[in-house]
Amino acid sequence: MARMLKLRIWRGDSTDGALQDVQVEVNEGEVVLDVIHRVQATQMGDLAVRWNCKAGKCGSCSMEINGKPRLACMTQVAAYGEEETITVTPLRAFPVIKDLVTDVSFNYKKAMEIPAYAHPDELAPGEARMEQIDVERSQEFRKCIECFLCQDTCHVIRDHEENKKSFAGPRFFIRIAELDMHPLDTLRNRKKTAQEEHGLGMCNITKCCTEVCPEHIRITDNAIIPMKERVVDIKYDPARWLGSKIRKRDGIV
Amino acid sequence: MSELERHSYDVLVIGAGGAGLRAAVEAREAGLRVAIICKSLFGKAHTVMAEGGAAASMGNVNDNDNWMVHFRDTMRGGKFLNHYRMAELHAKEAPDRIWELETWGALFDRTKEGKISQRNFGGHEYPRLAHVGDRTGLELIRTMQQKIVALQQKDGKQYASMESNVKVFAELTITDILKENGRVSGAYGYWRESGAEVLFEAPTVIIATGGVGKTFKITSNSWEGTGDGHALALKAGANLVDMEFLQFHPTGMVWPPSVRGILVTESVRGEGGVLTNTAGERFMFNYIPDVFKEIYADNEAEADRWYVDQDNNRRPPELLPRDEVARAINSEVKAGRGTEHGGVFLDVSKRLSAEVIKKRLPSMWHQFFELAGVDITKEPMEVGPTCHYVMGGVEVDPDSAAAVGVPGLFAAGEVAGGMHGSNRLGGNSLTDLLVFGRRAGIGAAQYFKSNGKNPVSDSAIRTAATRIQAPFDREGGENSYALHAELQEVAHNLVGIIRTASELEDAITQIADIRKRSANVSVSGGRKFNPGFHLAFDLDNMLLVAESTAKSAILREESRGGHTREDFPGMNNKWRQINHISSFDGVQVNVRQQALPALPKELFDLFDIHELEKYMTQEEIAKGGTN
Repeated sequence: MARMLKLRIWRGDSTDGALQDVQVEVNEGEVVLDVIHRVQATQMGDLAVRWNCKAGKCGSCSMEINGKPRLACMTQVAAYGEEETITVTPLRAFPVIKDLVTDVSFNYKKAMEIPAYAHPDELAPGEARMEQIDVERSQEFRKCIECFLCQDTCHVIRDHEENKKSFAGPRFFIRIAELDMHPLDTLRNRKKTAQEEHGLGMCNITKCCTEVCPEHIRITDNAIIPMKERVVDIKYDPARWLGSKIRKRDGIV
Repeated sequence: MSELERHSYDVLVIGAGGAGLRAAVEAREAGLRVAIICKSLFGKAHTVMAEGGAAASMGNVNDNDNWMVHFRDTMRGGKFLNHYRMAELHAKEAPDRIWELETWGALFDRTKEGKISQRNFGGHEYPRLAHVGDRTGLELIRTMQQKIVALQQKDGKQYASMESNVKVFAELTITDILKENGRVSGAYGYWRESGAEVLFEAPTVIIATGGVGKTFKITSNSWEGTGDGHALALKAGANLVDMEFLQFHPTGMVWPPSVRGILVTESVRGEGGVLTNTAGERFMFNYIPDVFKEIYADNEAEADRWYVDQDNNRRPPELLPRDEVARAINSEVKAGRGTEHGGVFLDVSKRLSAEVIKKRLPSMWHQFFELAGVDITKEPMEVGPTCHYVMGGVEVDPDSAAAVGVPGLFAAGEVAGGMHGSNRLGGNSLTDLLVFGRRAGIGAAQYFKSNGKNPVSDSAIRTAATRIQAPFDREGGENSYALHAELQEVAHNLVGIIRTASELEDAITQIADIRKRSANVSVSGGRKFNPGFHLAFDLDNMLLVAESTAKSAILREESRGGHTREDFPGMNNKWRQINHISSFDGVQVNVRQQALPALPKELFDLFDIHELEKYMTQEEIAKGGTN
């Protein structure tokens, strides 16, 4: 069943790089990560690629396959034509370290900027009571495997390095939404800070993030849009509008 | 050469899975400055793969449950080879550790009363596993990852920077634990990204590196499971206990080949999945061992009734402990009743509706649909055993998680031995991480407060640095990928699920040969993110682990839990009193016998005497526990 696959791999680092063509054996049922591993073991011992679980659960092997942000472990080779060349390149929104590995530290910095969950002081461990239907809203966002494909595809930062400072990206909008919808979280104004400090307003809901999410989280419909709607409510309430102007911080309106 | 990067911390946690992160939280809350080392990115550790749940006797679904029942189940599952004190602490503290996660933001599935829901699992008498669908491990790791961030934010308000007291070093590998004057002084390693070397000066080191699965050909473990902590501990002078016990999870994927070994959660059986062979027979009824006959149903009607009425029916045999189910599947396939791909069928589609399956087992549905083209709501899955977990590990003091024999060294989670005896029950690992991760953090903090700093010497640094450079200085040597594949083949064929003396002897010789050749590994390319270079060090670790496993396995002349000897098929009560202790003399691994600590009277009395007679010798029974 084995056949030869034409694979084109971007190799290089932050200074320089180019696509390299290789031919590699591929067997029935194999995913793109399998053939990359075969290239690594037989032809390019120092080919850099991240991976961990190989089952779509850890979000490590994010890359662009024929230009689309995807998990290499969940992309079947058979999904492409037998004669087709498969091209694998590093995530475009992040600086390249080497070959298919990029510097994703942007995401970890943003994670540190989102205020943590705040548990009610009066609620001792074991005393929490929540309805399943109420936890499910946040659970959808907690499915996130942090593959950062949504961050990679988001055009606010994909080709706009300058926006990164003021824009947390879809991954962190669902983190904020998750906390905002958490039945017990006591921190107020999460939507407002999403707008004012994390760049929610820069998102113009093209839903690219939702399309690439391997966990099928409805990022735009269930997290971003509901938050935007509530922020609008708050902004057009004259009393709140005035209050927000008085305490307004620099940057986003 | 540029100047060596140095860091100084009170405690260094090697490993950022559940145990490492829980230890880091505790150590920070005790006031220590903590460095966390991840071999991959933060939040990607193998804990994310844990699917089924975390076992804790909260009694939310069946209020007959309590720590004593959980303790009994754990000891039975481990065939009474567990360190009783670890099993006791685990059973007692697990509920608090789960509730604590809720105060950090975790969102478990709920019961109708709004409490944390609990599901059935193999070997657990009552529904006991707190869960989030089938992605419980992800919830644990994310909750603790976010708790670390919360601690950093708190520090940021008080100190110069958010990372002043807890810092995560991602994509860094530790190659040596350093010692001065017989005590831990720090650790040495390299950044995976640049290949640059790093020194950590830290008088306490907590090892939380997880498992060894990558030693085997078919495994559910990711590339990280290369026994790093086991080997680091051995080389630092610590012992490993009972390394012959490996858990082959009964249900890994078997087809297509590229996904072979990937885990199929036990929750599939917990939710009602049945195992059948190609003749359509529900074969598990033929494999109920005598010790379990009283609690498992011997007919389909009763087994099916159990799903709706657990008080008046015995459990289905699909929910026997993992070692029993794995051996049964292995036997069916060997007898020619397996599928063409060497597995058996696991079917949940006949008991549950498509909607319920997608809700309770969402990632399983996704995994089979995407990777195997199988819709588990309509068709059966093909499954077979996969190397999943090592019960053996660093010998520790149960209360403090301190490694025996090395002051300043601690170990928690899968890398520590003793807790699970000869076989781990599903769901016990996630609470093991939390219970003993926390205890290791406390243990390290107490040690640090009474012992203080222990500076690293220049000679220790030189030795560690020389080792890292060596593979680059050799030319035309062995290829680390090829040697790794050879080791996996040997481990799989000769030290696998069924073992015999002659094959183990063969394995010991072959492992020694591969180890000799591995001293001559050379790597191509530079130091920058070079997987061939990384594998050279992982390989060293796997070889030590494999040697320890093979040498322990050949000595244990009985079959128990995760160690099955074709030439000694039965369980022997005399062997239950013996632990195998591996140590390293700088050249090879040596294994000796040591007495297993006996059950104290109050724990002995928790069991029915007739049950204990199945496991213990007459003399032990007559003694009735120690006091």
